[in-house]
Formats: sequence, structure tokens, C-alpha cells
Amino acid sequence: MPTVAPLDLEGHVVGVAFLKDVPFFAGAAGTIHRLDQGHKVTEAHDGLLSLACDEASETLLTGGEDGKVMRISADGTARPVAETARKWIAEVAAGPQGAVAYAYGKTTFVRLADGTTREFPEERTVEGIAFAPKGLRIAVARYNGVSLHWVGMAGQPVDLDWKGAHTGVTFSPDGRFVVTAMQENALHGWKLDTKPGAETRHMRMTGYPAKVKSLSWSAKGKWLASSGAPAAIVWPFQGKDGPMGKAPLELGTRGNTMVTAVACHPAEDIVAIGYEDGMILAARFADSKEVLLRRPGKGAITAMAWNKTGRQLAFGSAAGDCGVVDIAG
Amino acid sequence: MTETTTQKPIPVTVLTGYLGAGKTTLLNRILSENHGRKYAVIVNEFGEIGIDNDLIVESDEEIYEMNNGCVCCTVRGDLIRVVEGLMRRPGRFDAIIVETTGLADPVPVAQTFFMDDDVRARTELDAVVALVDAKHLPLRLKDSREAEDQIAFADVVLLNKTDLVTPEELERIEATVRVINPSARIYRTQRSEIDLTKVLDQGAFNLEKALENDPHFLDHDEHDDHVCGPDCDHDHHHHDHDHHHHDHDHHHGHHHHDHGPSPIHDVTVQSISLRGGEMNPDRFFPWIQKITQTDGPNILRLKGIIAFAGDAERYVVQGVHMIIEGDHQRPWKDGEKRETRLVFIGRDLDREKLERTFKACEAQA
Repeated sequence: MPTVAPLDLEGHVVGVAFLKDVPFFAGAAGTIHRLDQGHKVTEAHDGLLSLACDEASETLLTGGEDGKVMRISADGTARPVAETARKWIAEVAAGPQGAVAYAYGKTTFVRLADGTTREFPEERTVEGIAFAPKGLRIAVARYNGVSLHWVGMAGQPVDLDWKGAHTGVTFSPDGRFVVTAMQENALHGWKLDTKPGAETRHMRMTGYPAKVKSLSWSAKGKWLASSGAPAAIVWPFQGKDGPMGKAPLELGTRGNTMVTAVACHPAEDIVAIGYEDGMILAARFADSKEVLLRRPGKGAITAMAWNKTGRQLAFGSAAGDCGVVDIAG
Repeated sequence: MTETTTQKPIPVTVLTGYLGAGKTTLLNRILSENHGRKYAVIVNEFGEIGIDNDLIVESDEEIYEMNNGCVCCTVRGDLIRVVEGLMRRPGRFDAIIVETTGLADPVPVAQTFFMDDDVRARTELDAVVALVDAKHLPLRLKDSREAEDQIAFADVVLLNKTDLVTPEELERIEATVRVINPSARIYRTQRSEIDLTKVLDQGAFNLEKALENDPHFLDHDEHDDHVCGPDCDHDHHHHDHDHHHHDHDHHHGHHHHDHGPSPIHDVTVQSISLRGGEMNPDRFFPWIQKITQTDGPNILRLKGIIAFAGDAERYVVQGVHMIIEGDHQRPWKDGEKRETRLVFIGRDLDREKLERTFKACEAQA
């Protein structure tokens, strides 16, 4: 039976992560909490908007209403990466070799480990950034599509066009697909490994009753789990054409509430599903079997993260009730 | 829809107005006056706001067209993001003010608060306030459509810089504003000096409060009472017969001036006021749906109080383009005239068709 170690914080939790097996909880006010032999805090921002986990270096990257980008180490130390007065840093992403991408307005900035910063202007506001799994390449979500930039090279970006507002972006772990979340309750995908000159392959993943705000790739990238419906919607990506022409799995369906966050297990084909009422279930892809990980709480689940072994799941909510579930009990 | 459903929605005031109309002056007054309320302000540029306030957020205007084939279904993407960010830390402010650029179209701003589920769950559009530079309005109307749209779309119009025009000019300007928007509340100001209770907390989009606060809704122009087409005498007669409390027919025929299209040069917005008796809901709802579907792109705003036959409560409706919402508001009071009043503000509206089809929805029709 899973056990829950609760941590009651004040206010909306933007993100959670494990660094060296220590659970971290980042609150919207700008305080980062961690459970490392007791409850410890780091004051990182005046207003925290975004968080990304740099798994290679086991650090966190955060962006704030104070215009700062910070890097947080496992011992809680916060170091500034960049600062821009009075701009909201609503997007951060962690890249290879210590690269950090962040954005405000219509420009993405990539700061490399050697301290140089490169700028990538867009015609419209940057809504999401993701690093490709291989190579120093970023995908930038913006109105009417995605721009792909090689960070180290000058030259024109590759434009992936699809009409409408794209509010978030992710690469599949094998780098073959780019998927965006859209303003109009849908995902859109592009297949990147088409032959040169071949027609762009689009994937429209629709039917969500709400906006998709949480996406998670399963181990080895065979599946993409998503929020935005009364169930976790899990699209198959194992075939060469991804989910084209295929129906998704619907896991953990509940009649009276919505899925607000998803986090795939690091090794098994299992997804943790967080709901608007604060409940968390784990569901197995193979047989849709469900296990209750946490009973409903005070607020919607906003963030979840597994530790490396996949034994512990950290979660945070919009009301501040957080905790760590130990699935082995 | 979201975790914050138990929280009271945060009211949002939208400030529109041409460059130089006095928006920044008004904003500075709102931020510095001692009213005991805290405001978060979303601006296009920090510009000349002289007040140091952590809750002033700069935001690039980002218009989204929705992928539903409807050209008027536009929202402001930047507002969705900023409001979401602000609402993660509630308790820091009591209300939000959105200042738009001089050339901004107020419609996407307002529609954001109806069309985006997350924004809608957390906030409530309170009112659209337009500042008008009394001196330069004629020029603005001549060279841009935005100035007119801003007035047409407003709930409150501040006719500012009145000290720069003669009383006669001011009368003419106010009449122009009234032609563009007969249902807005108009205040004459200098240096944006206004009792802030007339601008903030208006509840203009709140169905329960909206028309209640305005006992004279659609009565501003009692003299040009507009259920009447060419057959108005007949209509009126018929009308009076069924409803003994009618008091407006005697105005009739004296001053039948038309609200548009454009008795005043450079005004392209028209308003159509409809007045009728009790409605048959089985005819009224399909009618208003159809009108907003087909004429939605041309309708900037619509507001109305509906009397349904056999219904003890007043029903109120409001709309922006193709978005329409309605609800029961309160029981009809004893002695209150059970009549239906609707105003459409827009362009290229077919008055004859609206009047005729509206009339056909009457329970007695």
C-alpha cells in the first residue's frame, strides 16, 4: 500500500522535481522548498513562473516575475543565470552541456556554459521552449507553429507551420517528433524524420474538453500522456508514423473531475495521474489497472515527478498541499 | 472547471482610448488614490506610469484567432498568460486593470474573459472604460475606425479634456458619442478627474448587476423609441392594448431621429434599440441564437432585458460578437412594466429585419 508523506505549503505549486533523491517543491511566490532531512527553503524569486529540471547536472532552472533566471543546486544554493529587469520569464528549458534557454516577449535566449548568450527572435511571442534530445537544437512554440533553431549555427530556422496558438512544445525522446499543446484544446504533432523534400507529416490530436497543460513521455518514448480530459489521454508513438490513424488509451477515467497533471514512470509503462480534486492514481498501459496513490486534497494537482528509481512520486497542488508518495509503502 | 472555483472571481477593468486621451493619467490616479484597494495593472508599455508598483506587468499585445473558422473569435493570448500568472498568487490584489494601446481593438480583450475557460473561471470582466479626448475626437473618427470601436464597445465613456473645447463643441461631441453608443454612461472630465466609483466596480458584464445599476437602460432616448418601423402606429396601438403600463407611445412621432447609420459624419457604428412586449421563449431563443450566429461579426455589443410570458423573473442577456449569455436576474417587481428591451450596437445591421423578426418572437405575435 502506498504511503504519503505530506508537506503543507502556502499557495500554488508551479513545479516539483527530485535532485539527488531530494524532493523539491517550487511555489509561485518564489520560495523553493525541499525535504532533505527536514523541511528547508531557498528564496529564489519574487514570483516564480517557470521551472525545468536539468537532469544531467541534477539542478533546477527557474524563471521569475523578477526577470531572473536561477539555477538551484541539490543543496539548495541558488545562483543567477541571467537577469532582465521587469520582464516575466515564463519559459525556461535545460539543454545539453549546461545550456539554458529562456524567453520573454518575442525572443528566446540561449545561454551556454561558457557564458555567451545567443538570441533567437520570433515574429510572435515565445510560448514554449524545448531542447532536442540530441544536438544543441531548440524548438520554440509560437503563434501559427514552431521554429526549430540550431543554437550553434547561424542560418534560417526550420518553420513547422500549423495555424493557431501553440502554447507549449516537447520533443519525443528519440527526436523523431515535435508535439505542441494548443489554445484550442488539442495537441499538434510533426514528424521530423521524413525524407528531405517529402511533404510534412502532421498529427492532429483532438477531442480534449479542456486545454492540455501537462505532457509526459513514457519510458523510451513509446507513449505520450496528456491532461485536459476526465482521463489521462495516452497517444501511441511506437510506430513510424506515431499516433496517425490510431486511437489513444484513456486511463484513470473519472466522471466528475478532470486530469490536471500526468507523469510517466521512469522505467515501467505506468502513468501517475493527478486530478482537479487532488486525487492521484497510477495506471498501467497494458491492462488499464489503477492504483490509488493519494486521496483527494485541497487543490488541483499542478505538478508531479518520479525519482530515478521510480519508487517515489513527488506532487504539488494549486492550494499548496504537497507530498511524496512511496509506492512500495 | 478549476481549483479556484471557490475563490471569488477577480474583477477586471479594461481601459481603452486613443494615445493622449488621458489613460495614463487615469491609471496614475487609480494607483495613487487612497481607496484601500490594490490593483494589478497589465500595460503594453511601462511608459509614463510614475508609480513604482510590483504589480504592473508589461505585456505584448498578442491576438489569437481561434481555429473555429470564425473571424471575430479573437482573444488576447498575452492576457491569458499574464492573468494565469497573476492568479497563481491571489491575495496580492483586489482587481486587475488592463490598459490597451491607443489603436487596440477592445473586442479581443473583452472576449478573452469569455472564451478562455481558465481566465473565465478566475476573473470577471467588470467594465470597459473608454477615454475620449474631446478636442481631438472629430479628427480621430475621421482617420481611424479604432476610436469609434472603442466608444461603441464601452460601458463607461470619460469625455476628457473638456476644458479644451467650447460648450457648444462639447455638446456636439457628447451627442456624437451618444450616437455611437446610446447605452454607455458618459462623464465629462478634465485631466481624467473622476470619482473612481464611477469607473471601477461597475459590474457591467455581470448579468445580475449589469442592467440593474442602470434603471434608465435604453431610456436615454425615450423620445426615439424604436420598436417602430414604418408600421409603428399600428404596433404601438396593439401594444398599448395589451400592456396598460405603457408610457412611451406619447413621445411618438415627435422626434423620430434615427440612431444611425450615421447622421453624423464619420460615424459608421449604428445602434438599434428594440422594445416589445412579453416574448415566447420558444421563439426568442432560436431567434437570438440565429441573429448572433449570422450577424455576430457585425455586432459589437448587445444587451437586453427580456420579459417572457408566464415567467415571474426578468431575464437578462448580453453579447459580444457571437458570444451570448443570458440568465434570470430577479423577480419582476409589482407594478414594473413587463416589457422586453434590447440594444444592438454594431455595423451594417439590418434594422428592418431585426425589428420584424424580433416582433415575431412576441408571445402575442
